Amino acid sequence: MLKEKDKIFKNLYGFEDWKLEGAKKRGIWSNTKELIKMGSEKIVEEIKNSQLRGRGGAGFPAGLKWSFMPKDSGKDHYLVVNADESEPGTCKDREIMRNDPHLLLEGCLVAAFAMHAHTCYIYIRGEYYSESSNLQKAIDEAYTNNLIGKNACGTGWDLDIYLHRGAGAYICGEETALLESLEGKKGQPRLKPPFPAGAGLYGCPTTVTNVETIAVSPTILRRGSKWFANLGSANNTGTKIFSVSGHVNNPCNVEEEMGIPLKDLIEKHAGGVIGGWENLLAVIPGGASVPLLPKSICDTVKMDFDSLKEVQSGLGTAAVIVMNKSTDIVEAIARLSHFYKHESCGQCTPCREGTGWMYRMMEKMIHGNVEHKDIDKILDVTKQIEGHTICALGDAAAWPIQGLFRHFRPEIEKRIQERSRRVA
Amino acid sequence: MHHPGTNNKVYKKINDNFEWSSENFKKISEIIKKYPSNRIQSAVIPLLDLAQRQNNGWLSKNSMEKVAETLSMSYIRVLEVATFYSMFNLEPIGKNFVQICRTTPCWLRGSDKLSKVAQEFCETNIGETSDDKKFTVVEVECLGACCNAPMVQINDDYYEDLDEESFKKILQDLKNNKSINVGSQIGRKSSQPERKFDA
Repeated sequence: MLKEKDKIFKNLYGFEDWKLEGAKKRGIWSNTKELIKMGSEKIVEEIKNSQLRGRGGAGFPAGLKWSFMPKDSGKDHYLVVNADESEPGTCKDREIMRNDPHLLLEGCLVAAFAMHAHTCYIYIRGEYYSESSNLQKAIDEAYTNNLIGKNACGTGWDLDIYLHRGAGAYICGEETALLESLEGKKGQPRLKPPFPAGAGLYGCPTTVTNVETIAVSPTILRRGSKWFANLGSANNTGTKIFSVSGHVNNPCNVEEEMGIPLKDLIEKHAGGVIGGWENLLAVIPGGASVPLLPKSICDTVKMDFDSLKEVQSGLGTAAVIVMNKSTDIVEAIARLSHFYKHESCGQCTPCREGTGWMYRMMEKMIHGNVEHKDIDKILDVTKQIEGHTICALGDAAAWPIQGLFRHFRPEIEKRIQERSRRVA
Repeated sequence: MHHPGTNNKVYKKINDNFEWSSENFKKISEIIKKYPSNRIQSAVIPLLDLAQRQNNGWLSKNSMEKVAETLSMSYIRVLEVATFYSMFNLEPIGKNFVQICRTTPCWLRGSDKLSKVAQEFCETNIGETSDDKKFTVVEVECLGACCNAPMVQINDDYYEDLDEESFKKILQDLKNNKSINVGSQIGRKSSQPERKFDA
């Protein structure tokens, strides 16, 4: 288990003061000036050496992403923090923003400096009203105390941080849709290239990064990349906030070491599966978009990017949705299909038409009201959507269904047989 | 499933005159400062939010036209945004906008039961407003509080760790205009692991 001294999020549950005074007691803003003095290249190198991978779902190496920002573009540079946390199962950034907002703001300064940005927008989902209220208060405090603004922390670097509230669209968590939304348009993803580092917000070099990724960066610089890289395993380093929800006795967010066995995570932190481990049916290990895992895999799998990829799933946002044997697994996935149908932005035909079709099919499957050949048909449709859309929402809609049939096909076949017997 | 925020039609029956309140007018100048001076269209979502708050929780044609005028945008560009985002309601709603999260993590912990409670208590169907105009009940997709499931958003506030009884009490208190505690209804802090067990 992660030692207390290695935790980055010391006020995850809000037991202590979230405001500036409390944040300072936790060491936030303590030597920010020295961190900045390292210089932007050294900062990016340290983040690279720490092997930090983006915490927003895709797991792209953070240092590498930061290094994509040009040095002298002659244009304004932007850091955009993706706080549009909407992946079902995920509720970690929310805790950072309401219980330790200064951790994020200090990260914004360090990251913006490393990327030569003087402006940072934090795009927070509109529903997070109290979270945005805390975050705005923290921004105000930071301005008042010269931690941000002109000559932030006495470093000579100017940084403005602005909070921008969204208005309820899951797709705005996709980085280019987020930029469209921030520009005052419908949140529909852009074709890449150009990538945001070349032409992002207002056509300027931009990096879009998840809240947690930004929030951990000052601690990495403070304690050194070696410390971070020694936690977890190679290529899957550091600590991570896991959101454990569903059929567990104590649903919770918890910071743990990367690579913690899934079983330990559930039993040691979340009070175990309701009805005991033997009552486990399946787990969605990384937010709604990743394929589920049956109990047999859950028994031994480790929670990191590579281990979960090996079992044809993914770490995603590390949102662990636990389902015990009382669950109608087909309906659980059909609900996710409804989610994707609702959230498809409508730009690409395979996704716009496909998510609706898949949802209607999944609804029928709950009652076995399909034919055997429809199973192969729906799998074929998932393959036609996957990889054929501008953004990953199409993939995300396809994968949960593929995962369901990979591991629970006999369950649906049974339902089809039972229904045809009833009807006959 | 009907939802005033996913309805794409402009409401025709009511369209009162809309002028910014002086308080909101001041707020607008602060909001616009966040964006480059030639990019004030970026403020369209914040301004639609302000307009909706001023207009009892929904956007009339006049209010959207006012946003367009304020930001020098064409009306259709504003409407395009207002219809795209589910938090903008294009028809009148009740005093309490009850949004029940229905996505899998909440569903696993009983969101269906909450939906039933709300429909019975408010004597209305999903997507509709009660006769006394006190409640509009909708089902929504994931609100991002999954470790505190099941949960419901009412206006700006989250009510978490609910069960049928605690949810009914919240609705009762709202009906009687009593103040209620937001957040976890079983007294835990944020999403800390310790909680009271049902049995």
